[in-house]
Amino acid sequence: MLVTKYVITSSESNILPSDIAMKIYGSKYDVTVKETCMGVTINGEEEVIDELVKEIRALDPAGIFIKDRGFPPGDPRRCRGRRGGGARPGFYMIESESKILPMISRALASEGEIPALAEKKKPLSPSRLQEIIKEDLS
Amino acid sequence: MAKVIVYPPTSTILSDLVARMGHKALVVPEAVRKLVTESKIDSPPLNMTPEEPKKGLRYAAVDVPSGVRGRMSLIGPIIEEAEAAIIVEDPGWLTGCAGCSRTNELVRLLIRTKGIPILDLAYPSDDAEAKVFVHKIRSFLEGLN
Repeated sequence: MLVTKYVITSSESNILPSDIAMKIYGSKYDVTVKETCMGVTINGEEEVIDELVKEIRALDPAGIFIKDRGFPPGDPRRCRGRRGGGARPGFYMIESESKILPMISRALASEGEIPALAEKKKPLSPSRLQEIIKEDLS
Repeated sequence: MAKVIVYPPTSTILSDLVARMGHKALVVPEAVRKLVTESKIDSPPLNMTPEEPKKGLRYAAVDVPSGVRGRMSLIGPIIEEAEAAIIVEDPGWLTGCAGCSRTNELVRLLIRTKGIPILDLAYPSDDAEAKVFVHKIRSFLEGLN
């Protein structure tokens, strides 16, 4: 079965989308590759893509993230070139998560101790608020 | 290898972390792929046939908005397949098929009532939180082996 995957690079990674595209062009794999602003889209037979994904991930294990995509690359039902411009549906989720990717990359690369997190401030409970009001008004 | 449903079901970070730790991430794009790339498309451009709303009716009543039932026709079968779940608190920017608040409530409810191991998290906002985020996911997934 043909599958499509997004290969997304962290903004702090030394690997550029073009590096990944060149790696795929120079590989033995029969896949379609499309370079995008956040990485590349690859399409091919499932077994081939699984092998290729391992090789791509090895370029920067902590800085490259891979996810599934439903539509094939350049599909006219999603391609913004055919829809009159604008981001395609689904881009906003990738864009939002891309901002967190550098932190996740650093966390994956680090092998140090896990820091203890300070407890987050909880909102004031209604009963405590009532007590405060009573104290102030009495 | 366990089948792990991730919430948001379109998350890059979660599906990648699950896959790189040797498990199968259950995500919406896989369900979408089956609908849009089959060789026999009954209802172009997307293969939404009368069967899809019927699938959605298994999870939401007929008077529930069609958007909920349509989304559930994709996400519902994935939930049934799941053996574990990672749920990340709603970050406030869910879009696309994860952009319906009522569907998201139903998805979280169905996952929680299924009785599978669940890991609850929030998206990290600094490096320390990111380390804990990755550590918790790694420990949870190692525990599934």
